[in-house]
Amino acid sequence: MRRLVLLGLAGLLLPACTTEADVAPAWEVPGTEVPANFPAPVYATSQNPPSREAFELGRSLFYDPRLSRTGDISCGSCHQQFVAFAHQDHRLSHGVDNLLGTRNAPALQNLRWRSELLWDGGAKHLETMPLAPITNPVEMDETLENVLRKLNADAGYQQRFERVYGRRPIDSQQLLKALAQFTAALTSSNSRYDHYRRHEAGGELSAPELRGLQVLRQKCGACHAGELFTDETYRNNGLDRTFAADSGRAHITGRPQDAGRFKVPSLRNVALTPPYMHDGRFRTLREVLDHYSGGMVESGTLDAQFRRSTGGPGIALTDDEKTDLLAFLQTLTDTEFTHDQRLAEHR
Amino acid sequence: MKFRSFTLLCFSFLTIALAACKEDADVLAPAGTLDIELDHVVGTTPLTLTTGTYTTPLGQQFTVSTFNYYLSNIRLKKADGTEYAEPESYHLVKESDATTKAFTLKDVPAGDYTSLSFTIGVDSARNVSGAQTGALDPSNGMFWTWNSGYIYTKLEGSSPQAGGNKQLLFHIGGFKKPNNTIRTVSPSLNGATIQIRKDRTPAVHLAADVLKMFTGPNPINFATLSNTMGGSSSVLVADNQAAGMFRVDHVHAN
Repeated sequence: MRRLVLLGLAGLLLPACTTEADVAPAWEVPGTEVPANFPAPVYATSQNPPSREAFELGRSLFYDPRLSRTGDISCGSCHQQFVAFAHQDHRLSHGVDNLLGTRNAPALQNLRWRSELLWDGGAKHLETMPLAPITNPVEMDETLENVLRKLNADAGYQQRFERVYGRRPIDSQQLLKALAQFTAALTSSNSRYDHYRRHEAGGELSAPELRGLQVLRQKCGACHAGELFTDETYRNNGLDRTFAADSGRAHITGRPQDAGRFKVPSLRNVALTPPYMHDGRFRTLREVLDHYSGGMVESGTLDAQFRRSTGGPGIALTDDEKTDLLAFLQTLTDTEFTHDQRLAEHR
Repeated sequence: MKFRSFTLLCFSFLTIALAACKEDADVLAPAGTLDIELDHVVGTTPLTLTTGTYTTPLGQQFTVSTFNYYLSNIRLKKADGTEYAEPESYHLVKESDATTKAFTLKDVPAGDYTSLSFTIGVDSARNVSGAQTGALDPSNGMFWTWNSGYIYTKLEGSSPQAGGNKQLLFHIGGFKKPNNTIRTVSPSLNGATIQIRKDRTPAVHLAADVLKMFTGPNPINFATLSNTMGGSSSVLVADNQAAGMFRVDHVHAN
């Protein structure tokens, strides 16, 4: 682990004085080891064994705007590394022809540990997930056929794919496997909180941060559970009374009891990823906490744990507890992840 | 080690010798092939895309512009219960592409098979196994991206009785309860046996009847259901399909 960290650091420092080609042999594919404090991943490395060349191919594809119909929107357009692969300052996803989507682009991190993706869990495998944004008319609005046609028209891609997969032409399986090499590598596990958990250097938490962790485990931990700070369920957290605009999980399951339920997001790097909620309605974490303590509204599918014997739905939080929570949430920021040159767009 | 190999060799010869006199000895029985051929009909009429006009038992006219489906996990069973399951058994059949309407099962152990079964659709495991290739390649247009999973049967067309734009759009799929539309069927061979032999090329001719999507346990009225993409209304159609969309027209011995 320490070796990996050192390599990672080397990766950060070297590009300042050398070109990328010079550094190339020095590093390994990121995210191939399971961090000591993480559970076993859903998408094991054995399912798509990481290799430097395949990872680099996925990296090129992730940042390639040719994946969109208009040629100007890449995955990286709405998933920016410096904000943990969320979309800074964008309430809703921003696709081709300046079209707006209906949901906030989520952070991309620790995807190896996800069995379902998207706010409604509609994507059930990391490899096939990119088909959703690629074909969505308000995101990249492109067909798989066209993407493959464009990639196959590029001699450079043809050679790189053939070196990795040993066959021509580039097909959808190669495209999706290569993209998953990159997305599976997006592991964020080196926040100050992680160092604290693993008793590593740099893992000191202040008294308010420790108190915040206590509050979080007590009052938020049923949903934001475990080391990934999510139990991967879908819940209605009292944002709306009706769900005509977006039925959330019910859009996938067709079950009325799932209306208004959305995936519980991880809290990792949460300080970097405003705005918040599936529709990006809250600009700050303070607003989010105020929502939980006093802003919730009733609806038929509201999660039971927000219901209280007296008063409206919510979580009882004092001002001090909120202050401590906000302090703790900062410790989940992983700058090693957001600055890892291996995950950046090729220059 | 050497001794053991020699013993094995002797046994192998013995088994082969025995297999020669007892045709369906399982272990080293010679393998043969089986052709599966599909005819698409609407009731008693052959299906013709776009130009053919058909009528449901409810008296509703319709045309068909697309008719594709997955036929997978093909199994053959002998009278004694032993089974052959085709490996990687995923076939995408399209009315628009004649080459997809016949395919061959290879290396089927010789013997007399008395039943045939297959899945209309794709088993749940493959729906969530990541990027696939061949028949299951998502670029075949039989994969939902927003609610990922395969479209097992895709029928598109039009009907004057359908609401709105008069289009028929039946995309049947989904593998999660309660809207699982995977159906495994075993159409009767009508007393025939499929005789797999090394030197024969038997064929099973299956008829897939489009009309049976709209008739059966859940008669479909286009005025109330003309568009389904998974969910409970797709289950109605899947149940119809399971009730007899496929029948064995005849079995060729050679």
